[in-house]
Amino acid sequence: MNSIVCIKQVPNTNEVRINQETGTLIRDGVPSIINPDDRNAIEGALKIKEELGGTVTVITMGPEQAKAALREAMAMGADRAILLSDRAFAGSDTWATATILAAALDKIGETDLIFCGRQAIDGDTAQVGPELAEFLDIPQVTYAKEVVVEKDKVRVTRYGESGDYIMEAPMPVMLTAIRELNEPRLPHVRSIIEAWEKKDIEVWTMEDLTIDPTQIGLKGSPTNVFRSFVPVREKQSEIIQGNTPREKAALLLDRLSSQKLV
Amino acid sequence: MKRAKVNQGEDLQEYKDVYVIGECLDGRLHPVTLELMGEGRKLANQLKRHLGVILLGDGMDEALEHLQDYDADVIYHLKHPLLKDFSTEGYVKVLNDFIRGNKPEILLIGATSYGRDIAPRLAGRLGTGLTADCTKLEIDPADGKLLQTRPAFGGNLMATIICPKNRPQMSTVRPGVMERAHKLAEGKAHLVTVIPELEPKDIRVALVEKKPPAKKQVNLIDARVVVSGGRGLKTPEGFRLIEELADVLGGEVGSSRACVDAGWISHAHQVGQTGTTVRPEIYIACGISGAIQHLAGMSEADYIVAINKDPEAPIFNVCDYGIVGDLYEILPAMIEDYRKRKEEANHA
Repeated sequence: MNSIVCIKQVPNTNEVRINQETGTLIRDGVPSIINPDDRNAIEGALKIKEELGGTVTVITMGPEQAKAALREAMAMGADRAILLSDRAFAGSDTWATATILAAALDKIGETDLIFCGRQAIDGDTAQVGPELAEFLDIPQVTYAKEVVVEKDKVRVTRYGESGDYIMEAPMPVMLTAIRELNEPRLPHVRSIIEAWEKKDIEVWTMEDLTIDPTQIGLKGSPTNVFRSFVPVREKQSEIIQGNTPREKAALLLDRLSSQKLV
Repeated sequence: MKRAKVNQGEDLQEYKDVYVIGECLDGRLHPVTLELMGEGRKLANQLKRHLGVILLGDGMDEALEHLQDYDADVIYHLKHPLLKDFSTEGYVKVLNDFIRGNKPEILLIGATSYGRDIAPRLAGRLGTGLTADCTKLEIDPADGKLLQTRPAFGGNLMATIICPKNRPQMSTVRPGVMERAHKLAEGKAHLVTVIPELEPKDIRVALVEKKPPAKKQVNLIDARVVVSGGRGLKTPEGFRLIEELADVLGGEVGSSRACVDAGWISHAHQVGQTGTTVRPEIYIACGISGAIQHLAGMSEADYIVAINKDPEAPIFNVCDYGIVGDLYEILPAMIEDYRKRKEEANHA
């Protein structure tokens, strides 16, 4: 059972600061992490490998520094890591990113399961996985909270707002993981050292892939950022004054009921 | 299957009208449908175009009947027995055929877990861009293009996205944000039934079982009221008080990350960047200081109430109403007072 896990290195948005004047992100000094849902995707693939054998390949697109995310995935137990890195990839939207990933997955060849995280905490789009599945012409199940391989099929419990669905998919299939899927493991110190010292990361550029250059990068992306800005808070805070806790509580309930909230 | 491409220099003028895709699973119309119709109508009016509503499925006459009471130019019912249950591939196939035939300029889909499943796949097949989870849509008065605004980086930044060279301009729209469609003063919206081409082999993923939602599931996402506890509770037992207030207000219990990390409450309750993002009408933060990671998960609540001993706590900068005080005194007083009010209202 061979799996490919597509991951993304993201800035830890807890620590992101915004330049209020330019409305841009200050990334300096902000630690980069593996996107949280992607860690569940890695864990999902590793669990299946442990149960049924096979390999786990992790792949990401990004600059040289994204290798750190791949090393971490290898420390968790991934067998092979590929970095897709080329200037031509810069500025790609989800369409273009999925185009590049699809070309890379074509090159990797036969695989059974493709895992992605449901969505990344920086862009929050949840689009690359389904777009990738579309470009590869394979089925998909998103919001996976349980994955069981049964012979030549995968049984997936899919989260839904009004109750879960149990879906059965043939392979290959693309699954997007949500955090309910599992508890991602922490790598052992020894595996971390090995991942940094002994394991190689393959780097693939445009030249290694069959890609239509009109479909990638900033120019090939169908969507563009028109402008970005810091949200303005229009609310005014009111600190409720009162002599006793009872009085404060009563005043608060008055406010809430005047807004028809309680 | 031949892959669609973008930026092929298509004639954008061929694309007209605003279409929205409603959500109706198991005969239940998702409220986002009316919100999409309300927003779609606004955009269609600005563009002087028609508003079309698409609903997929079978055996949903009641929902269609209901929808016809609302303002839309045409409701298209894509009717097929194979569309009775949700499937990514079935939905995407018939939508792709329909959209290619009718060529809307704008296509809106609810940003539910189903909408976000099919929309990217549909955009991929149509060969156009897609903007996720929009909270504001406008028409650029200069050239009529759709300006799609959405939060990014946990709400730290807003980005306005455009799709200049491809049609339709597609967005998923966050539920609960847009205004609902108006009811028609008289008459019914025009209903057109379309029988799409669809075969069993087009759907590779089978739905084998629908699980009803667990009874006492933590449902933070849909909760109208969320009462959350933080480190200021001091002990895990503090959550009993939080639960009591949540119960009387008909809400759910939330938590900051600190309490989850300390093992006081399960992760299902965690609100914030690495937990659940909630958008209730009222969010009551008790003993929560208001770290960015927590704010990212609740700042879009309609009303935020903060109760904290520390007057300098950052939560007071983002709340609508704040009480500086001991939550162990304030919360019991609120519970008692609220119960009394309810009783009086019942007797009135």
